Amino acid sequence: MSQATFVANNVWMLLSTFLVFIMHLGFACLESGLTRAKNTTNILFKNTAIIAIGILTYAFWGFNLMYPGFAEGSSGIFGFAGMGISAPEGAAGLIGYADGAYTYWTDFIFQAMFAATAATIVSGAVAERIKVGPFIAFSVLFVGLVYPFLGSWKWGGGWLDKMGFYDFAGSTIVHSVGGWGALAGIILLGPRTGKYLNGVSRAIPGHSMPLATIGVFLLWMGWFGFNGGSVLSADPGAISFVIVTTTLAAAAGIVGAMATTWVVQKKPDLSMVLNGSLAGLVGITAGADSVTVTGAIIIGLVSGALVVGSVLFIDRTLKLDDPVGALSVHLVCGIWGTLAVGIFSTNPDHSFVTQLLGVGAYAAVSLPAALIFFGVLKATVGIRVSVKEEHMGLDISEHGMEAYAGFQFFRTQ
Amino acid sequence: MKLIIAYIQPEKLNDVKQSLFNANIKHLSATNSVGCGRQGGYSESYRGNIVEVNLLPKVRLEIGVNDDFVDKAIKAIVEGAKTDTEGDGKIFIQNLEDAVRIRTGERGKDAIG
Repeated sequence: MSQATFVANNVWMLLSTFLVFIMHLGFACLESGLTRAKNTTNILFKNTAIIAIGILTYAFWGFNLMYPGFAEGSSGIFGFAGMGISAPEGAAGLIGYADGAYTYWTDFIFQAMFAATAATIVSGAVAERIKVGPFIAFSVLFVGLVYPFLGSWKWGGGWLDKMGFYDFAGSTIVHSVGGWGALAGIILLGPRTGKYLNGVSRAIPGHSMPLATIGVFLLWMGWFGFNGGSVLSADPGAISFVIVTTTLAAAAGIVGAMATTWVVQKKPDLSMVLNGSLAGLVGITAGADSVTVTGAIIIGLVSGALVVGSVLFIDRTLKLDDPVGALSVHLVCGIWGTLAVGIFSTNPDHSFVTQLLGVGAYAAVSLPAALIFFGVLKATVGIRVSVKEEHMGLDISEHGMEAYAGFQFFRTQ
Repeated sequence: MKLIIAYIQPEKLNDVKQSLFNANIKHLSATNSVGCGRQGGYSESYRGNIVEVNLLPKVRLEIGVNDDFVDKAIKAIVEGAKTDTEGDGKIFIQNLEDAVRIRTGERGKDAIG
């Protein structure tokens, strides 16, 4: 490995890190836009807290929990390489660390940016009714313990990796895990006041479609780093191909969602189409490097259609109140994308059954863990604000501060 | 004819609309307003400084009604807006001299009905 290639690799990995970082701004904008003006400070506050929690817990113990370096013959279920982070001396932490692909520090910061995204997914789903303190406590536990522990099963070289389970950039490891956490929160919190009246679902429109759209485009841009960086080197062929499949799936997700919403809802719904592009991105994330161009487009189209159907089904039939569609985008399409690897992959080692097993294994730990964390918080300090505080808005009740001081808006819902 | 002006809690708007609808009163207009009564306010803080908020968000309703609907309208507003806590709001009733329906040019009672 030449020094020049090492430098190029490392620059690309850091650039990808910066792109994943900007996804947090994307989440903040999207969640704010799809919720009411009176809860905006609260949404922004949670998103700001989460990135801090994600990165710090990852530095304290998360990185070494996720990449423990399982010994030969270990069961590959749990490993821990000690507290803190420190680079190996000399070239072993630089060019020798990952065969010239990136340095130790690059490895850490790239993975740390991923960790925080899993908790951000929960934030949108529980928006407009969760108390801020318990949410932060939950995030510390979920992103600090559950995410790195489960990540070690695949990316850390654990038992699922040995079985041949494949998840390129985290359809399951990041998105479904976050989605299961979101589901637990939604179940234990219950719907927002006024969401279901006599058993019928009512619309609670978000306050800014421009903000939501900005958020989605930022997330899409961030995904170039999320998937492109997951190549784990600057291999020109591999990163350009991954970026093509990623983009095609996002575009196909928009088309799939557009067609579905137009037919089902009579008029095309922007918020659904925005969800559609993210659905395509989540869907392609598991197999961005191992499906064909046609496969990527099909995965995206199905994701887009799936997300619209799923939003309506979850909202109207299951009566789970998910203000931003996090379950449909991250959980449903995360599962679909992971299974799609078993269908569309050009690599004969990938199998549908192993993919299904992986999805089940992640569900079997992340959902119960999240239910326990939220359940204990609910039984002790409570996780939900009062109805009066909900009417006032969480900006004032939780933070004593408005997002749009000096503006008037209807606070009638 | 009377003009009924009511200040209610913002989140009670839907309930009031529903009870007015049940009383067969299907026309009203609503605007945002801020106001204070006995309820008292709350304090916000901005970068360490306390912000006293005494004028609270309310919704102001205006409904023009014919005389035989006045009591029905008042009853419906009270029914929809009452929570038995301070801050539920007020209703003011004024005489209304005349009214015009723009589309047809009808005046008075006919314009409101």
